[in-house]
This record gives sequence, structure tokens and C-alpha cells, in this order.
Amino acid sequence: MTNIVVLVKQVPDTYSERKLTETDHTLDRESADAVLDEINERAVEEALKIKEAGEGEVTVLCVGPDRATDAIRKALSMGADKAVHVSDEALHGSDLVATSRVIAAAIGKLDSVDLVIAGNEASDGRGGAVPAVVAELLGLPQLTHAHHLAVEGSTVKVDRETADEGITHLEANLPALVSVTEKINEPRYPSFKGIMAAKKKPVETYTVADLGIDAGEVGLTNAWSAVQSASPKPPRQAGERVEDDGEGGTKIAEYLVGQKLV
Amino acid sequence: MIDFRLDSDYEDLRKTVEDFARSEVAPVIGEYYEHERFPYDLVAQMGRMGLFGLPFPESYGGMGGDYFALCVALEELARVDSSVAITLEAGVSLGAMPIYRFGTDEQRRQWLPRLCSGEMLGAFGLTEPGGGSDAGATVTSATARDGEWVINGSKAFITNSGTDITGFVTVTAVTGTKAGGGKEISTIIVPSGTPGFTVDAKYSKVGWNCSDTHGLAFSDVRVPEENLLGTRGKGYNQFLSILDEGRIAIAAIGVGLAQGCVDECLRYVAEREAFGHKIGDFQAIQFKVADMESRTHTARLAYYAAASKMLRGEPFKREAAIAKLTSSNAAMDNAREATQIFGGYGFMNEFPVGRFYRDAKILEVGEGTSEVQRMLIARDLGL
Repeated sequence: MTNIVVLVKQVPDTYSERKLTETDHTLDRESADAVLDEINERAVEEALKIKEAGEGEVTVLCVGPDRATDAIRKALSMGADKAVHVSDEALHGSDLVATSRVIAAAIGKLDSVDLVIAGNEASDGRGGAVPAVVAELLGLPQLTHAHHLAVEGSTVKVDRETADEGITHLEANLPALVSVTEKINEPRYPSFKGIMAAKKKPVETYTVADLGIDAGEVGLTNAWSAVQSASPKPPRQAGERVEDDGEGGTKIAEYLVGQKLV
Repeated sequence: MIDFRLDSDYEDLRKTVEDFARSEVAPVIGEYYEHERFPYDLVAQMGRMGLFGLPFPESYGGMGGDYFALCVALEELARVDSSVAITLEAGVSLGAMPIYRFGTDEQRRQWLPRLCSGEMLGAFGLTEPGGGSDAGATVTSATARDGEWVINGSKAFITNSGTDITGFVTVTAVTGTKAGGGKEISTIIVPSGTPGFTVDAKYSKVGWNCSDTHGLAFSDVRVPEENLLGTRGKGYNQFLSILDEGRIAIAAIGVGLAQGCVDECLRYVAEREAFGHKIGDFQAIQFKVADMESRTHTARLAYYAAASKMLRGEPFKREAAIAKLTSSNAAMDNAREATQIFGGYGFMNEFPVGRFYRDAKILEVGEGTSEVQRMLIARDLGL
């Protein structure tokens, strides 16, 4: 029996134009369609595969505003068993350290967690540090950037892939935390049966006070970093043109090496 | 007052299929279409999502949904591509539905689980080379002999009849003469590969180029007597009820195509410039797009209304005919206007609107022509 917790986040759809609000430079949630983060879908898929290969229960954990229930329902309709939703006005604008504290406290509320699976980063903030911070706070081994994951008895094995270090094989005793990359699998689409079943699955909702956290420790005013200003991405510049005077191949190779692309 | 919003189950399904169509179908379908290939991998994915089992009970491998859920899925698929949508429509409403509606429990258990999972497709052989709308003019015959049916004749334009995963064709055939002298028509299941049953080479079509369509020939084809589907002599009533439902599904496909035209045009007019302006700034273009949206919206309400009557168990023949007529008109008009807005690019196969233009025409013909729809509406009004 493996009890798995998957961290999920609702993010603006990458297909729509994503903006920050003018008032406090936090995400403008009204401007874009909100979806379950793509890498989180893969994290859910990976958890479901482990569950389906043996026994287990998959709980999704989401910190987000009330409308994040849509993202939670998507994960439940894919096949997760239950959900925990931490929703509190005080959380608006929380930085990743505060968010991680809240997540860690929520995981602490659950019984005998064997494995926590997260995406290695979310497609909106892209801080990429929440999984590591949560693991530190919970005292769990952290196996990040996994593109392959296997649970064997009481150990978890992971192939970690990063641009700088290539592939590293990691192994840890459970309980542990794993963050997965977008390469790990192709997530399933929910079936209609799953969609209908999702509505009947239990979702527990907590405020920060329920988790024993003071509202003064979270939120925008208590964040360790602040966005001073934001401007739209500049339009794409014309690329560098290479005329082939017999040395074209060499020039392209030099360019690619210079950009550290090869 | 009636609430026209979708219930959350349907809306979540709609979003799921929208995501699937956008992420999985849109990037590859142009290539399939150009080479007129059947998209086996997309069909397999749709099977895993349970789309082929939408209206069937879980006990037969279905999703426990209803016919409207199927329509919602069809609309979202057809927003991106009609071939994929018609493959699903024919698989469910012509392949599996007759088995579910008229089959014995044994026939249901034999066929439905694989049909629901998308591992197998069934086809419905009604139209013949000599008659489409006049379905009572069936010539194909089946004679009972030594515990078997011996079938002779041919069928035309049969969807999903020749794929690698086609399991059977349900064939309408004359099985005798009724007391009044009219033809007794029955429906018989003919498994693929039965000796004497040949599938002609696929047609070269104007549109729906990744859907599988063949003519079929039956020469002394023998199948066991128990392959009779439903009651002997009820074949005519059976296919009429199947066609009434099918019209709502085809209407959903037409609405999807019409919506796809709006989607594509909204993107294009916001980018394309002429005379120093985005073409979307010109009122001539705005009016076209507004008309396209109005037609789509109207046709959607028409099929929602027909489906809601059907699910309540009320007679829905007139509403289904109105939905199909309105929707196929909307699809044709929108495809014409969309290709016009795209100008020269609208005539290029690499843009979806050109594909929509080619795919729209058949909507005025399949599952009853527009003339047949008008006939049904007039008849239902007592004329």
C-alpha cells in the first residue's frame, strides 16, 4: 500500500495571454483561462501508474484560491482518490517559501504519507524550488528533476536529468519526495466515467489557521521578494543571418557552441 | 426559465475533448487528410478516453453517460476535424447503438465491450448503390436456409466498414414479403471476413478524407440464423429510429465545423493586415464573422433542444430534423464565408478552413438530405 500525495497547482493556460495585475504585480487570474499545470498532470499520471501497478491511494494537494477546485476536479477525474485544498485570502501573493510551508503543514495533516510527487516547476512562476523546500521542511529525501520513477518495495528509484549534469541515478528509502519533469510520461485524458466519479470524491478544505500557521507569515506583504515593475516581453528580434560562403557549416556550429546549444 | 448552460459533467467532458482535439488532433490531422489515411492512433486514444462508450452502461464497458454527452464530444472534435468526428459518430451511433438497442443480451456481450473501448468498429450497411433516401427500396436480400441467412446484394458509402479494426457490418436486407405485399426488411450482423463478403476499395471523396468509406458486396454470404438483430421484419423501423438519433449527432458535427470556422477566422482577422489595418477592423469582415457566430449559436440551441426532448423520452423527430437542417446550413455558409475571409489562403489545403469547406458539403446529404429533413418537418406539421 503506497500512500502518494501529488502537489498540484492551477495556472493560467499557456495558450492564453498571461499578465500580471497593475495593482500589486501578482498574477492576473481573470485575464487567462485557468488549467491544471501540465507538469502536474504528469505528476498525477505517475502517481496513478504506481497505484495501478500495485496498491495505494492518491491524494492531490492544492494551495490556491477557491476556483482552483477546477484543477483539483481534473486530477480527481483522471483517477486520484481524494483531495486537500488549502484556500485562504491571506495566501494571496505568497512567495515560494511561505507556499512551501503551507504545503508541508498540509502534508503533515495526512496519515502515513509514503511518497510526495510534484512537478519540477510550474508553468507560471517557474521558480522550481517548492519541491526542494517542502522536502527540507518535512525532512524527506529529495529526488528532483526525475524523468523516470520506480517504486520497489520501500525504496524509490529515479533517473534525474538536468541540462548541466546529464543523467544521475538516485535511490532513497520511502518516505521521500520526487519532482518530475515534462518528459516522464504522457498523461491520460479523463474519461466521462472519471469525470462523473470525481464529483463524489472527498475534498477537504483548510485555511492557514487550520494548519496552525499565522496569517502574518504568509501573503504578499510577508514575501521575501517583491515585483517592482513588469513589462511585456519585447517583440522577437530578427535572427542572425549566416551567408554560406563555403564556411556556413562552421559558422553555424560556432554559433551553436557559443550559445551552449551543442 | 430554461438554463442553457451545460451541467458540470458535460462541461468537464467538453473541456477534455476540446483539449484532446487541440493538443492531439490538430497537429497531425492535416497530414492524415492529405494522404487520406485512417487515423488509427487517434481512434485508439479516443477509445482509451472512453468516447466510444459514452452513451452505454458500464455493464457493457460503457461510460454510463448519454447520447447528449456523445453530441458534446462530437461538436468539440468537429471544431478541429470532421473526419475524426464522423468516425466516432458512426462507430457509436451506427455501429454500436443498433446492437445495444436491438440486440440480445448475448449479442451485446459479444460485441459491445470491444466497441465501447474503441478496439473494434462496427458499421451500418443501409444505403445501396440504387437508393439512399428511399431506404425502403432495399434490394439486398437474405434468405433463411438450413439455420443460416444467405445474403446477396451490395451496399454503398458505408462508414468504418473497411478498417483493420472493423468487426462487423449490420446489414439491412429483404427477408420476405409482408402480408400487405410490401417488403419485409430485417437487420443481420455480418462479421468482417465472412466468405463472400467483400469490401471494395475506398472511395475517393471530396471531403471527410480520413474517414473510412467503402462499397460492400455480398455474394452468397452465409451467417448463422442467430445473427438476426432485433425482430424479423422490424428492420425498417429500427433504422428509422437510429437515423432520427443520428441526425442530432450529425447536427452536433455541423455546429462544431461552424464553430471551427469562427475560431479560425477570429485568429486570422486579428493578424492579417490589408490597407494598413488588421482586416478585423473592417466592418465588412466584422459582419461576416458576426453572422457566422449567430448561425453557429442558433444551430447549437437547435441540437441541444432536440437532444433534450430525446433524453426526456418525448417524440423528437421534428426537432432532430430542424437541428440537422439548421446545422448543415450553418456549416456550409460558415465554411464559404471563412474561406472567403482567408482569401487565397482559404484555397490552400494547409489551412483548416479549406478542409472545413470540403467537409461541410456532406452534412447536407448524410443521415438524410436537407430535402428529406424538410419533408420530415412538413409531415410532422400535418402537411
